[in-house]
Amino acid sequence: MERIDVRGLSCPQPVVVTKKYMDTIGSGEFEIIVDTGTARDNITRLAGNCGWAVANRNDGDDILLTLKK
Amino acid sequence: MKTLFTTKKAIFAVGIVIGLIAVVIQKLGNPANMGICVACFVRDIAGGLGLHRAGVVQYLRPEIMGFVLGSLLSALAFREFKPRAGSAPVVRFVLGFFAMIGALVFLGCPWRALLRLAGGDANAIAGIAGLVGGIWIGVLFLKAGYNLGRSQATYTSAGLIMPLVMAGLLLILLFKPQLVTGAPFFSTEGPGFMHAPVLVSLGAGLVIGILAQRTRFCTVGAIRDIILVRDFYLMTGITGLLVGAFAGNLVLGQFHPGMAGQPVAHTEFFWNFAGMVLAGLAFTLAGGCPGRQLFMSGEGDGDAAVFVFGLLLGAAFAHNFGIAATPKGIGEWTPLFVTIGLASCIAIGLTMRKKI
Repeated sequence: MERIDVRGLSCPQPVVVTKKYMDTIGSGEFEIIVDTGTARDNITRLAGNCGWAVANRNDGDDILLTLKK
Repeated sequence: MKTLFTTKKAIFAVGIVIGLIAVVIQKLGNPANMGICVACFVRDIAGGLGLHRAGVVQYLRPEIMGFVLGSLLSALAFREFKPRAGSAPVVRFVLGFFAMIGALVFLGCPWRALLRLAGGDANAIAGIAGLVGGIWIGVLFLKAGYNLGRSQATYTSAGLIMPLVMAGLLLILLFKPQLVTGAPFFSTEGPGFMHAPVLVSLGAGLVIGILAQRTRFCTVGAIRDIILVRDFYLMTGITGLLVGAFAGNLVLGQFHPGMAGQPVAHTEFFWNFAGMVLAGLAFTLAGGCPGRQLFMSGEGDGDAAVFVFGLLLGAAFAHNFGIAATPKGIGEWTPLFVTIGLASCIAIGLTMRKKI
């Protein structure tokens, strides 16, 4: 599964990168690794607005989001 | 708990609380339509430290210290304190510098633009229109691939630098050492002389710092997210601020509609607009409004801290070199530096497109 790394990117880059990838693949499943609660919340909200299901779990100090549509 | 704060209802409620706090601390002594203004208050701190010579705007504003320290407390409590740094710091410094220049031409940051509107100051409309325009230009750069690269995790002690600086400023304010140089400097008239009691201001800042850290409250992100991804979450927050401040002003008798003679404001429509185009663009390229930068610096973000130092220098420069406007109008070098600022921000947006 494709894993996108948006750690260390400042607002709104995590959302911009995620949106771009969503638009590229249209549907499917992929993972995004984030390092701040803000990025997690923003991507979760974006996914919801665009009709993608999101699951998240902690991965050490980071958070791994799985998006599915 | 994680999601309790990040709902539209929650951020709307937080916006109302911030708006109400702002108008109440105005009632308790802060300058009119300036219950909270991140740009003005950082400028006052620059004055309090003697970095500029505008005698009427010198005070060590405890609200700013509260913003950072409240955010730190919240970040620690919710395990969101993440020391990080290294995403083009010098660019962030420059963006902070020009964001402050733009804000001081309008006479207020985005927070104060909303509070001015809520107090009846129609000049704020030009500023808000400029802000939207500046953010819109910033979004064009974001869509075209602009970014400042990744930050890296860093030492805990590095993440604590801005909170420690704020704690130091707070100690200076509380103990008021009288040095032979005259420092620290406190206005004896004008907006810098007007302030709520120290502990009230500090408490207000702490409460806002905590709530804003939880909700990610950001006045620039609010407009950016609508243009970029049609997301209205942050807009709900600043709508709350506007509603809370407007209602509070009506109740407290602080709503005075009009354009001429508004407190700490001028009526030069074009420069109100252009100043905020510059500020909006600089804030967008840096990733958030000045309040948000303070909150992030409390979360350990060293790049946001560098931006805040840029704000501080921008404020000093703006007052020393006749760039900041006054209620009489713009300064001698306002047009020159708004132009230089816009050119610099556009150059940053055009030339910084590292592939990520």
